[in-house]
Amino acid sequence: MTTATLPVYTKKDFQTDQEIRWCPGCGDYAILSAVQMVFAELGVPREKFVFISGIGCSSRFPYYMNTFGFHTIHGRAPAVATGIKLVRPDLDVWVATGDGDSLSIGGNHTIHMLRRNVGLKVLMFNNKIYGLTKGQFSPTSEIGKKTKSTPYGTADRPFNPISLAIGSEATFVARSVDIFQQHLKETLRKAAAHQGAAYVEILQNCNIFNDGAWQDITEKDARSEHVVHLEHGKPLIFGKKREKGIRMNGFDLEVVELGNGITENDLLVHDEQHPRAAYAFLLAHMEHREGFPTPIGVLRAWNNVPRYEDLIAQQIRDVQAKKGKGDLAKLLRAGDTWELKA
Amino acid sequence: MSSTLADISGRKKETIDKAVIRFCGDSGDGMQITGSQFTNTVALYGNDLATLPDFPAEIRAPAGTLPGVSGFQVHFSSSDVYTPGDSVDALIAMNPAALKMNLPDLKTNGILIVNLDSFKETDLRKAQIVQNPLEDHSLDGYRLFAVELTKLTRASLKELGLDAKSMDRCKNFFALGMCYWLYNRSMQPTLRWLEDKFKNKPQLVEANKLAMQAGYSYCEATEAFQISYEIPPAKLQPGVYRNISGNAALALGFVAASQQAGITLFLGSYPITPASDILHELSMYKDFGVTTFQAEDEIAAVTSAIGAAYAGALGITSTSGPGMALKTEALGLAVMVELPLVICDIQRGGPSTGLPTKTEQADLLQALFGRNSEAPIPVLAPATPGDCFWIALEASRIAIKYMVPVIILSDGYLANGSEPWKVPTVEDLPAIPVHFETNPEGFQPYKRDPETLARPWAIPGTPGLEHRVGGIEKQDVTGNVNYEPLNHEHMVRTRAEKVEGIAQDIPDAVAEGDPSGDVLIVAWGSTHGPITAAMKAQRAKGHRIGHVHLRYLNPLPKNLGDLLKRYKKVLVPEMNMGQLVMLLRAKFLVDAQSYGKIQGKPFKQSEIEAKIEELLD
Repeated sequence: MTTATLPVYTKKDFQTDQEIRWCPGCGDYAILSAVQMVFAELGVPREKFVFISGIGCSSRFPYYMNTFGFHTIHGRAPAVATGIKLVRPDLDVWVATGDGDSLSIGGNHTIHMLRRNVGLKVLMFNNKIYGLTKGQFSPTSEIGKKTKSTPYGTADRPFNPISLAIGSEATFVARSVDIFQQHLKETLRKAAAHQGAAYVEILQNCNIFNDGAWQDITEKDARSEHVVHLEHGKPLIFGKKREKGIRMNGFDLEVVELGNGITENDLLVHDEQHPRAAYAFLLAHMEHREGFPTPIGVLRAWNNVPRYEDLIAQQIRDVQAKKGKGDLAKLLRAGDTWELKA
Repeated sequence: MSSTLADISGRKKETIDKAVIRFCGDSGDGMQITGSQFTNTVALYGNDLATLPDFPAEIRAPAGTLPGVSGFQVHFSSSDVYTPGDSVDALIAMNPAALKMNLPDLKTNGILIVNLDSFKETDLRKAQIVQNPLEDHSLDGYRLFAVELTKLTRASLKELGLDAKSMDRCKNFFALGMCYWLYNRSMQPTLRWLEDKFKNKPQLVEANKLAMQAGYSYCEATEAFQISYEIPPAKLQPGVYRNISGNAALALGFVAASQQAGITLFLGSYPITPASDILHELSMYKDFGVTTFQAEDEIAAVTSAIGAAYAGALGITSTSGPGMALKTEALGLAVMVELPLVICDIQRGGPSTGLPTKTEQADLLQALFGRNSEAPIPVLAPATPGDCFWIALEASRIAIKYMVPVIILSDGYLANGSEPWKVPTVEDLPAIPVHFETNPEGFQPYKRDPETLARPWAIPGTPGLEHRVGGIEKQDVTGNVNYEPLNHEHMVRTRAEKVEGIAQDIPDAVAEGDPSGDVLIVAWGSTHGPITAAMKAQRAKGHRIGHVHLRYLNPLPKNLGDLLKRYKKVLVPEMNMGQLVMLLRAKFLVDAQSYGKIQGKPFKQSEIEAKIEELLD
């Protein structure tokens, strides 16, 4: 007896022979490695993977993945990917993009792809800078940032990508960090398992034009003070000795010290399926608040929303069930016709 | 030529060869429906015809004002019809504004039907008319019938218990009924249409039916109309016919193309006048597995179609000039990744928003050259509404065979205009073979077919063909990223050569009329009708005139240069400032004369004839 089995893949099966042209020390290497490792475990035939990208450093990603890959034009990857998914819902389509590609020039496609819930996995590498054009500010750069195009500092308020995704009715929103390999892989697995659109913000270091942009989060010593890991069904605890937590206070959050009568039972227990958008917004905005940690992990995972491509395919099946498959000869003669005899 | 018979009541019925009739009124008066119903009826009767819908960009400009006037012109005949007609035999004007805007096109002694109830002081003021034309003898040169359309329509509907507004909405059908009497046409096709269209609103069917019948009876009963007309069926080629507009024909052509190719049809589109009907039409064909995607913008519309093509579908996108401008970068990508794609540009007056509902042909150079760097794209143009069907098939065939994006240049006049179309059988349609690469042995994404220079169509999901494509210049054969100078030149020249090579695969240009002589008219697109009519009329006067109508604008037919030399003069009429003529002069060093018209309106036969005569002097 023989059974059809998937080839057993290793990371190597997803590497290409192309010379990688990211700067040495770039955070993209770590992301590439994590993606290649996770792809090897997903149980998906390699030819079913498609990587679509726009323009920017992150968008070179498909060239280094031994899958089907399409390096498109600036900002348009979600739209190209939507076309692919509508025609071939069976393909596992991933999008590699950056803060400029996804949130600036491609902002419109990002929000519409998310609201439609197209079954795409979007990896948005956020380094808070334009790298490929050599150092202009991006829509996630902090206000006042001095860059090549803003020698006196920016006057632009930045996007919070997580808020934007939630505001676009995204069904899966998560955040991880380039160098947090285990966390990143776990987040990628969860994104892969999600049915609809998955938007994953990956905090990534550009060591040339914005080195240390995420230092507060990535420095070994600072990490535990400044990061809170979101885990479904678990309380929000952080701090070097896990001595701090997040608690609801009216319609807001507050940071509390554990002890003195405050226990884990008083803390907010993370619910990634929370039905209110306001919940995920509250979490997303912690990073902008004094004394609050930056959340990483899955902020929202709604699995009960149908995928766009499935709805469209269903519509076609329904019409065909009702009217039968189209008959071209009949269609040509549809409507009012008349015959002229010789 | 006409013959006259008297009927029993002593009134005359005159048989004539052709008539041009125009319905005009407020954009809320239902003139487009009235016109298309009249068209459908004469088409079913067997007349040849051409139509010209003319409506404002505003959905409802203030009622009764000049900008709110909407019109629909039908030319129907017992012989061949090439244009909607230069001037009008019968004008139906529902208000003073419509009368003022349209009267200049009415022939002397033409029939003029106006709604007497809409010529009050306030109506005249809205139309900026000082003197009531019904009272100042300014209309003495026409056969004027001032009819109380509103009052009579209301009287015909009084049993139904409708409010005044609903009753007044039926007055266009009263006018339609009058025209059916005037041209001896049956009301049956329109009754059938009403019953089908409003099958869930029986009161609406009844009201419009009563109004139409009342209009018909009014003519029959009153002595005002002493004459009616009969236009016998035309002698068209035998076959099954239907009336079709350019946009409907394009949509149908793409469905046929996808069926012939055996692949899914995917349309990515963003609503824009006058292209939206393609999206509307194709969204109905779900039984053919057609996927339509109303994208968030013009760019997503084209890029989703590129994605669909990458995944193995027949990817198409439809738009008009402003949308073309937005799609430009994506078209460059399609050129670079060499995927099949069809882009329909339904041209309208420009630049910028321009004249959204009016026609123009000024996107030719944009289609040919409007991209950064060297990005050649084949360009095709349908000549008539029915030809849009065949152009859709041909564009799809070329796109798939050569792995290239192809642009179709239609325009607002073809899109909304209609003509009787001889319905083909499935056996008449061209084959569109599709080959998806499946063999990993020696597979290279840019290894070309030696004859067509097409690269393989290797779609995701095919084991062993995993590869990367993109907008960056690539190495010949392997498709790997490559910036080497000589490779770039080789790739630029190869992409151009591939498109040029299509000239071997398209029919030679044919000169209608005289094969050599005094004047050759070279044109493209929707100007086909008036030019054909003008050419025939001038030849009948003894002049030696030829007419080449180009359906392929890139590459041009390979015998075109030859044809140009066979005539003393070359005339190029275009609804632009002279775009094709610039191309012909540059390419063939021929002293071709430009004749441009940029008024948002098609050429008249008389205008083309005058220009020919000027050249002959």
